[in-house]
Amino acid sequence: MTYSVPQVAGEAESKVTGTETDGVWPLWEVFIRQKRGLAHVHAGSLHAPDADSALLAARDVYTRRVEGVSIWVVASTEIVASDPDEAPAFFEAIEKPYRHATHYDIPDEVGQM
Amino acid sequence: MREAKFRALLEAEEKVESTDWMPEEYRQTLIRQIAQHAHSEIIGMQPEGNWISRAPSLRRKAILIAKVQDEAGHGLYLYSAAETLGVNRDQLMELLHSGKQKYSSIFNYPTLSWADMGAIGWLVDGAAITNQVMLKRCSYGPYARAMVKICLEESFHQRQGYEIMLTLCNGSAEQKAMAQDSLDRWWWPSLMMFGPHDSESTHTEQSMEWKIKRVSNDELRQQFVDMTVPQADYLGLQIPDPDLAWNEERGHYDFGPIDWDEFWAVVKGHGPMNRDRIEHKRKAWDDGAWVRQAAAVSSAVAGSA
Repeated sequence: MTYSVPQVAGEAESKVTGTETDGVWPLWEVFIRQKRGLAHVHAGSLHAPDADSALLAARDVYTRRVEGVSIWVVASTEIVASDPDEAPAFFEAIEKPYRHATHYDIPDEVGQM
Repeated sequence: MREAKFRALLEAEEKVESTDWMPEEYRQTLIRQIAQHAHSEIIGMQPEGNWISRAPSLRRKAILIAKVQDEAGHGLYLYSAAETLGVNRDQLMELLHSGKQKYSSIFNYPTLSWADMGAIGWLVDGAAITNQVMLKRCSYGPYARAMVKICLEESFHQRQGYEIMLTLCNGSAEQKAMAQDSLDRWWWPSLMMFGPHDSESTHTEQSMEWKIKRVSNDELRQQFVDMTVPQADYLGLQIPDPDLAWNEERGHYDFGPIDWDEFWAVVKGHGPMNRDRIEHKRKAWDDGAWVRQAAAVSSAVAGSA
């Protein structure tokens, strides 16, 4: 819907912060395989008290139109991620253009290679 | 340095992700907007939920249930997107319940007849699509991605609404009058959904600079009017605006002044349904407490087994 609701008196003026997690169900990341032969792709996340409930909730929230034939749910805390700020150092292959086929000049006469 | 990197991302039309550094004001603006958007989807279930038990056929009932279920889904995608910015869902729920965060004012109007299910799908979801198509290009990745799926589903919402209007307009004189009455009541509030004029909108400029918002309120409103007028003509319905006229020179429809006093009154909590909507929401949350407790206990027991 439209989200340009203007600010009026009484609305929270202060910053919304706080990562109070007491009593909040754990967060799960949802991955969906659209059809056989394709990889599971991240669809979003949701809260659920346990893995079985997370799977049922993922079905209801993310696949109301046969968007998939298989779902994975993974506890968000279990995901280990690389640091985007460190990408240039982490992905050293950025400096190795000779690993790409396009690095090599092949005469046109040779044809498709 | 960090600021320059953030600017460079925006400049290059790249998305900002939750793990990137971002200015605190950018983060707060997004939290507010995404939360408001999520709350709108959740509160938006009520006006239509009101007609599920009285839908005129099994087909219409199944469609309406599916639509309301979609609104719940949209709310959940959006709360997830908001959480990537470092807030938690219970906190947002509390801000909604206490009135400290708002939802779209359109849901503070009552649904008085079955035709309102048509008008809401056609006009309210039509206005929402106009806005959300723009938000697919928003600079914040998780929000933009949520919009892709939402837009796909909104298209079903709008088309089923227009089909209801079409059926009523091809029906008896009473049915057509019901459709006209519904258009009369929903037209102006739908135009108000786009927010104040650009000259009055305090957030717009900054949001456009940050590429959260890509098109101004007035431009979006004009897009919506231009798209909707021919659809009303096809239905044979009269848009309740004596000033509405095609402007050859501008290549757009001109339309009459919006009643901004009404708009502000509803935003400030004095619309016909503001109090009921929040009361109902709070009650549903409280009534569901035992389900949340039972689920927590059940998973704790299963976990210890």
